[in-house]
Amino acid sequence: MAKKILTEHINVPGIETFDVYRKQGGYTAVEKAIKTMTPEEVVEEAKKSGVRGRGGAGFPMGMKWGFLAKPEGVPRYLVCNADESEPGTFKDHHLMKSIPHLLIEGMIISSYALGANKSFIYVRGELMYVIRILEKAIEEAKAQGFLGKNILGSGYDLELIVQPGGGAYICGEETALLESLEGKRGNPRNKPPFPAVKGLYQSPTVVNNVESIANMSWIINNGGDAYAAIGIGRSTGTKLISASGHIEKPGVYEIELGVSVEEFLNSDEYCGGIRKGHHLKALVAGGSSVPILPAHLIMKTANGEDRLMSYESLSDGGFATGTMLGSGGFIVFDETACIVRNTWNFSRFYHHESCGQCSPCREGTGWMEKVLHRIEHGHGSMHDVDLLVDISKKIEGNTICPLGDAAAWPVASAIRHFRDEFVWHITNPHEATQPGAVYRGEMELA
Amino acid sequence: MEDIKPQLVKITFDGIEVEVEPGTTIMQAARKIAEADESQAALVPPAMCYYKPLNASGGKCRACLVKVAQGSAKDPRPMPKLVPSCITQVQEGMVVENTTNQGVLDTRKSIVEFLLINHPLDCPICDQAGECHLQDFAFEHGSAKTRYEEERRTFDKIDIGPHVQLHMTRCILCYRCVYTADQITDKRVHGVMNRGDASEISTYIEKAIDNDFSGNVIDVCPVGALTDKTFRFKQRVWFTKPEDAHRDCDKCCGKVTLWYRGDEVLRVTARKNTWGEVNDFICNTCRFDKKKTSDWVLEGPTKVKRSSVISANKYRADLVKKPDFALKLAASQYKPVDDDRAYVTDEDTIRQQSIENNDKANHRSLLAKNN
Repeated sequence: MAKKILTEHINVPGIETFDVYRKQGGYTAVEKAIKTMTPEEVVEEAKKSGVRGRGGAGFPMGMKWGFLAKPEGVPRYLVCNADESEPGTFKDHHLMKSIPHLLIEGMIISSYALGANKSFIYVRGELMYVIRILEKAIEEAKAQGFLGKNILGSGYDLELIVQPGGGAYICGEETALLESLEGKRGNPRNKPPFPAVKGLYQSPTVVNNVESIANMSWIINNGGDAYAAIGIGRSTGTKLISASGHIEKPGVYEIELGVSVEEFLNSDEYCGGIRKGHHLKALVAGGSSVPILPAHLIMKTANGEDRLMSYESLSDGGFATGTMLGSGGFIVFDETACIVRNTWNFSRFYHHESCGQCSPCREGTGWMEKVLHRIEHGHGSMHDVDLLVDISKKIEGNTICPLGDAAAWPVASAIRHFRDEFVWHITNPHEATQPGAVYRGEMELA
Repeated sequence: MEDIKPQLVKITFDGIEVEVEPGTTIMQAARKIAEADESQAALVPPAMCYYKPLNASGGKCRACLVKVAQGSAKDPRPMPKLVPSCITQVQEGMVVENTTNQGVLDTRKSIVEFLLINHPLDCPICDQAGECHLQDFAFEHGSAKTRYEEERRTFDKIDIGPHVQLHMTRCILCYRCVYTADQITDKRVHGVMNRGDASEISTYIEKAIDNDFSGNVIDVCPVGALTDKTFRFKQRVWFTKPEDAHRDCDKCCGKVTLWYRGDEVLRVTARKNTWGEVNDFICNTCRFDKKKTSDWVLEGPTKVKRSSVISANKYRADLVKKPDFALKLAASQYKPVDDDRAYVTDEDTIRQQSIENNDKANHRSLLAKNN
């Protein structure tokens, strides 16, 4: 069995209650951190662990903490980004509803490390029942003296606030999240200044993903070096992968970074292979915003090496032949999936979720969606394919926040790798619009 | 002790060196170049959302994106993405490329395309035409054709009071009016509803309409989304004649521009500077109620940029740039006719040639019959 850090006790009955969690060794890390370590030492452990942001960007968490400005007399904030809304990603949801105390323990340690006396968990608005679970867990922790005034007699105060979001994907972008948390319209801010300098209420703020923060209790208990020993290269530790699509066993799996894609996809421990009688056609490795890859590129890199589930290996080859680990939304398509329809569906999502602040994203996402809709419904023309590539190029990199990139990449990569399928849709409109029609041309399946 | 006075920062913008104070944005540095030398005005990046007098404006339309080829003297690496010049602060030794970088120009072209996707082509009936920033922007940077075939976004008209007309369909969501309502009228109001390309300026203006300064949203609007109801469909702006004037007003500075047709004041606006920005906002009384020359003390004709259509036929013709591109185009496409016949003007010769030609033709047709 592979190493489990986050999901080790997730199947223990009653783990969502304080008593059971405590019996499984919970909150020992808080005791250790607050009683025996200084905040700087905790930050040092996080840096040593090399844990990278699990929300998608993969920026080292310890380094992010190191950037936090610490002016005198100004409060600092820690905000946990639990606004997980990426299509294909559902790991934080699973973690929070099953083992809420793990997140709360991580929040206490991280807030202590950053010197924050008020920390927020910004939860996606649709997950109201998870918010209730978290609030109940916070009450329990408070009753046991792990939260509130003077935690464990150390003189350190921490208030933990759970804030439901309004149900916007854009509020998962850290500055939009802060705007929303302040009670404003969730529009991303212009950067710089970065949140580490001017974040929530113009104070220095760190925004971290649920999974990143949840790792902290293990890191404190076992040391940052032990964490760094897991995984491969600069991709340290474990990662929750939300596997979905045409596989035998969809679900959330914790993997040690560095497991090969083939093993993750086909072994019985994880996905259990493609559903019976079908073949892999394409795969999105990190949630809907990362480039889609065809079967032959996802198993092996362009150099012929095995593709591994790690930040480096998945992005090997850049966007020409690679993709990204992103937030770990592993979406599998077999040969019955229509790439054009799927791309249109992703595009529709980004059109709906664009905040409308900057013009390339506001107008470009809608344009791409309409062109893809036209192609999918048999009204496309040949120049539409190049038009889509051109629009995606013009959006990418020209927007305030990464949503523009996230909208452009799936479209650009789908055309890059599955151009034949788009052309088939345009040249055979009658055939392509039949229910369940899928391109069956020459294509490498695995 | 070190000198407390802030040292000037030297940057290179399109090959022109300029010294500005630290904390200045790239846009302001470029405007400083143009203010010093009017012939460089074309170097300044266009601004659709940025409005200097309004805090926090800018960064939204992406029209002013520029390439930073060298971040600073300390860190000479180029910035990986194009940056919005209106909110990016200068660094010592920064090298900025605007009109000298083809990538920037291409991006700007696509920004025009994006902005025009959902903008109606109703310039012929729009009151803003002639002083519309989007019109200028599209004329200078856009392409002649659209690639957009789909249906455009439209909105139902909302009545927002007696003074201001809101045409949401024309809006490019620059947020300027939102900031104006927020900062000038001193009320916290929600400006934009909904998301993405369905966003619309909400009825906040209706609530702010009883405010004395609500009329300023008309001046800041870069397009014809917010127009003056007292001026609607009265006259094209280029047929009106602007005159600077002032009056003693107990609410505002009272410095305005009067727009005349004959001796009738058609509309009153605040004074705009070279960049189309209003620094002294005016009150609704001055704007909507004082429409007689006797209300005002005239100062003389407003200085209008010579490239503006408002200046057409009113100012010195030698200052208006001639459309030499048309002549150049014609010259490049001119091809001499391939004909070696002599050029004759003498009537007798022409008649003679004509008879000869007829004979030849008759001869040919006779041959054709016989064969």
